Amino acid sequence: MEPGEIHALLGENGAGKSTLMNVLYGLYQPDEGEILVDGKPLKLRGPSDAIAAGIGMVHQHFMLVPVFTVTENVMLGAEQVRGGVAGFLDRRRARREVAEVSQRYNLRVDPDAVIEDLPVGVQQRVEIVKALTRDVDLLILDEPTAVLTPQETEDLLIVMRSLKAAGKSIVFITHKLGEVKAIADRITVIRRGRTVGTASPEASRDELAALMVGRTVRLTVDKAPATPGEPVLEISGLVVDDERQCRAVDGVDLTVRAGEVLGIAGVQGNGQTELIEAIMGLRPVLAGTIALEGRPIDGWSTKKVLRAGVGYVPEDRSVDGLVKEFSVAENLVLDIYDRPPFGRGLSLRPDAITKSAAERIEQFDVRTSSAQAPVGTLSGGNQQKVIVARELSRPLKLFIAAQPTRGVDVGSIEFIHSQVIHERDIGTAVLVVSSELDEVIGLADRIAVMYRGRIIGIVGPDTPREEIGLLMAGITPDRDVPATGDGEAPAPDGPGSEDEKA
Amino acid sequence: MTTHPQPGSPDKEPASEEQAARTALGDTERAQLASTPTALPERPTLGRLFLENLWAANTFTVTLLSLVLAMVVGAVLMIISDPDVLATYAYFTARPTDALGASWGLVSEAYANLFKGSVFDPGATTVTAALSPISETLTYTAPLVFTGLSVALAFRGGLFNIGAQGQATMGVILAALAGFLLPLPPGLHLLVAVLAGAVGGAVWGFIPGILKARTGAHEVINTIMLNYIAVYFLTWLIVQNGVQDTRRTDAISRPVDASAQLPRLFDEPLRAHTGIFLAVLATGAVAWLLNRSTLGFELRAVGANPDAARTAGISVTRTYVLIMVFAGALAGLGGSQMVLGTTAAALTPLVVAQIGFDGILVALLGRVKPWGVALAALLFGALQAGGNRMQSYSSISLELVTVLQALIVIFIAAPALVKAIFQLRAARAARLQTSLAKGW
Repeated sequence: MEPGEIHALLGENGAGKSTLMNVLYGLYQPDEGEILVDGKPLKLRGPSDAIAAGIGMVHQHFMLVPVFTVTENVMLGAEQVRGGVAGFLDRRRARREVAEVSQRYNLRVDPDAVIEDLPVGVQQRVEIVKALTRDVDLLILDEPTAVLTPQETEDLLIVMRSLKAAGKSIVFITHKLGEVKAIADRITVIRRGRTVGTASPEASRDELAALMVGRTVRLTVDKAPATPGEPVLEISGLVVDDERQCRAVDGVDLTVRAGEVLGIAGVQGNGQTELIEAIMGLRPVLAGTIALEGRPIDGWSTKKVLRAGVGYVPEDRSVDGLVKEFSVAENLVLDIYDRPPFGRGLSLRPDAITKSAAERIEQFDVRTSSAQAPVGTLSGGNQQKVIVARELSRPLKLFIAAQPTRGVDVGSIEFIHSQVIHERDIGTAVLVVSSELDEVIGLADRIAVMYRGRIIGIVGPDTPREEIGLLMAGITPDRDVPATGDGEAPAPDGPGSEDEKA
Repeated sequence: MTTHPQPGSPDKEPASEEQAARTALGDTERAQLASTPTALPERPTLGRLFLENLWAANTFTVTLLSLVLAMVVGAVLMIISDPDVLATYAYFTARPTDALGASWGLVSEAYANLFKGSVFDPGATTVTAALSPISETLTYTAPLVFTGLSVALAFRGGLFNIGAQGQATMGVILAALAGFLLPLPPGLHLLVAVLAGAVGGAVWGFIPGILKARTGAHEVINTIMLNYIAVYFLTWLIVQNGVQDTRRTDAISRPVDASAQLPRLFDEPLRAHTGIFLAVLATGAVAWLLNRSTLGFELRAVGANPDAARTAGISVTRTYVLIMVFAGALAGLGGSQMVLGTTAAALTPLVVAQIGFDGILVALLGRVKPWGVALAALLFGALQAGGNRMQSYSSISLELVTVLQALIVIFIAAPALVKAIFQLRAARAARLQTSLAKGW
């Protein structure tokens, strides 16, 4: 790393990027090899050593106390004290410091704001301020754009440029090729825990992708034009609350037809999760109706909805999708274990479960040492394939996939996408929710953009990315709200502030 | 740009290596299943496998060594608490043989008596005397199997049932009431009394179950509270008219009719009764329920990941209620044995002893697996039986047995400690920590 350089670390999920950076930040100990800072080997026993050596890190998941103010969060761990033994916190000095750093690097952070009121993008800048007040020279950003809107991502890139101009070095960890090309001075590609090459930002997307995966991949999804049939899922006026009793879905109307893929785009936390959970009977419907082939299904139990021919890939596979301690075979029958041939009456038929597991492992290309291996030992992509295999191996009318490829390697993404399209082609209605715009554009025949619990636009897949990006930030072209105006939805005011409205 | 010949997921090889490592760390039994086909290029002999596994930190070895460690600590406690032996340590440097000899004498005699009281007494001259230790052990074991299974079953479903004591108490109450209030023919009377015990426990398990399912109230708190209520209800009930033994002034109920008592296995005075058969049957039933039934599948899924279970259409609330009803029924059965068996024939305030709380230890020692629980109950039963003899023959107080039981469980709950002490091969006991820590 050179001073004043932005170095991108590119690699698939599970390639070892985060592990490497956690070693650098002192969270893990290296088994072999050494880290050199200014030519001197460095021994890190913990994050405090790393900070002392001038290394700061912004984690993928923010390490902020939600009920504290920005200043308090920045102070945390390096509290300024006055009054000697009495040890009063010197908030005023800390506040001044925050304001100063924020000013100097144009971070636009209010020192007195409470974290939980801030949009995700601003929270991230608080993390950056936190690192900068510790006087770091090297800043590690671990997948910083995963939670940001396209506009917030733009803002972040500007911040990174100003940090670079001030002589700070940045390690930028990502698997998004576009951002790397936009900002990096140098690119190191990691695959399976090894450096497989360095590239300059001039390299084409395809070249970088090939380096990442080790072979050429198709980033676009091949598919024939859709032939939509009858409406399968009809939602009207749906209202759903989240667990904090805040309005999450606020009057959604949506129709998905047989043989088409409807993609729901949107920044995470705009009600997509709650919408899907309401359809699945996992969350109470407060108003509105949900109908499957004309029959109202709101108020049904999840089991009834599943049995009615709905397949569901939940967005958080480790929480909602799989029982990690269970074997692959058991996970493959998690929702049909009590149906013949797997269960008869009260008794379970392990032979039938194992046999069917072997077939589906083969059919869905699940890489596992055996059908009896606990599913938690599989890689993310293979875990996801287990869920997809489970849901797609019964006849479906509606297939709902939430974030179907999150944390999944490129090879598995390709496979899962082709399965989704295959399901569409045999006449199933498909609803895909994803915060990856590329995924939605690639898969969907129609794209519904969700913002603050509403569908604010339904567009075709040929719509320019920028337009969809604006929609995701709540800006509809016809309303033409100025970015800084006091309109209902000003641009930088991301999803985090939806609470005030609800 | 190179094209890889291999289709599909490219992360296969490193993942599988990593998987193997993680598997080995994470999951003892399944790791063996899963890695056996890949990890054995040449098939080693069974004997070598056995030896290798013996010194690896697997559950069996850790359990055995925990037992040894507990006995060592127990020996130290015996020496410290015996003034005569302790006195010989005053001149330890002058004549160490005195101190060591006295210590050895004390400890070896105590443990010998523990063995003679629980397994076999070589000095026995009659058949009855030879069978007596085993008979005593089985008598103590039977109720512990039930309460252990109760706790283990709930644990597998993700619930920590601290209430086996209260459930056993309600079980003993209903079983006894059915035993002396209902005039039924032999056979039927026993059946009704046993079922009454199960129902009493099931009701007492249902309450925290439904509270947990409907309101989210934590089952640990509620089962503890229900323990108190059950115990004081029993104390109150015993002195009521129609319940209290009219010939007595102290708190004791009428005795259970002979027609409601579990038949003995041997002639008097050997106490072993057919409750032990019920215990084995119950173990088999719970094992089947957990591993071979749809209900057990739901139960394990809810226990391991309630969110995923719910998403897959399993009713988590219904499962919670069922788990607690089953757990309560098992504990109730355990309780019923305390009055239908040979331990006591009438209700007293302390009739259930500690079987509910001991059930928690038995479940943990048995790794919350049905047959493991049965073996753990056997060990605890043996310790109880042997402890009685140790008390009368070596004048070591019975409480030492309780301390031994506690120590064994502590060592098992801290497998890292056992591994460090015995320098076990880097191994596979990690699952223990998680499985034991998870209930909270």
